[in-house]
Amino acid sequence: MNQLNKQLLIPLVIFVVLIVVLALGFTLRDPHLLPSELIDRPFPEFSLNALNEEGRVLSREDLMGEVSIVNVWATWCPNCVIEHPELLRISREEGVRLVGVNYNDDPAKARGWLQRYENPFAFIIVDDLGKLGIDLGVYGAPETFIVDANGVIRYKHVGPVSRMTWEQDFSPVIELLRSGEVASRD
Amino acid sequence: MTRLRLTMRTLAALAGLWLFSSSGFAAIDAYPFPNDELRDRYNTLIEELRCPQCLNTNIAGSDAMISKDLRRETHRLLLEGKTDEEILAFMQERYGDFILYDPPVKGSTLFLWLGPIVFFVIGLIVLMRFLRKESGAARELSEEDRKKLEQLLTK
Repeated sequence: MNQLNKQLLIPLVIFVVLIVVLALGFTLRDPHLLPSELIDRPFPEFSLNALNEEGRVLSREDLMGEVSIVNVWATWCPNCVIEHPELLRISREEGVRLVGVNYNDDPAKARGWLQRYENPFAFIIVDDLGKLGIDLGVYGAPETFIVDANGVIRYKHVGPVSRMTWEQDFSPVIELLRSGEVASRD
Repeated sequence: MTRLRLTMRTLAALAGLWLFSSSGFAAIDAYPFPNDELRDRYNTLIEELRCPQCLNTNIAGSDAMISKDLRRETHRLLLEGKTDEEILAFMQERYGDFILYDPPVKGSTLFLWLGPIVFFVIGLIVLMRFLRKESGAARELSEEDRKKLEQLLTK
């Protein structure tokens, strides 16, 4: 009888182990967050209009020379409104260049949106067909990249940027990149 | 007989479901193709590519904006004369293995490929041990049990 009882417990034990594994798998890591293929790869080539400057065509060259935070946003994206105050704060207080990618959007609407919520970006790339977005492996908005002075993608954040994102992720990465630049110049 | 007919009907229903599940819900964007071969390849590719935003839908069956963009991109690449392999590589470079419903066999995907086989073998071993034990344990009915059984059957 004892033997039988033990055997009956086996499926239960397996079941509990499975539950624990799945629970950890689905809670520790959001399954919606895909690992980016683009970390440490050069920012993709592009040739797209600037949103607020008539006639200016932007390319990868415009990202070179200093560390930038490249934020992919759109007027249809509710989380972009949520993260916007933090982007404004970073642009005002942290001395990092913010570059916008207006993704899958209508440029006229985008201009209105920025008038309403204020513009934190040094310049904005118009990706109205979402082609740069695909080259960046973007699958939603907002997504935010940190690009170093050589135009190489160093970090990617999916979802809204908060004060915590800045403090825990962006700030250390940017500091590291900047110290690296100083070191390589010596 | 009715039971048999019911089973047949269930099977037919299941077959119908299966038929409509993969191709029946495919999104309709009227992309022009110069020939049927390209259209067929397009349809196969968008079934093989997984929508990066939806966890478990291919880009053929998804209304997400990213799926729409990826279908358009697939169409563009096909018209540019890219091979199926080149298009899948293009997608993988940007979205990783996640986007392939048929991911390559390598270290990180080994469990994915071998897991089902391992579980099947474990199941087979358990089943075989169980069956062996059952056949060994076939017992004779006692006189008392036989009487009880007869009583139940004649009732």
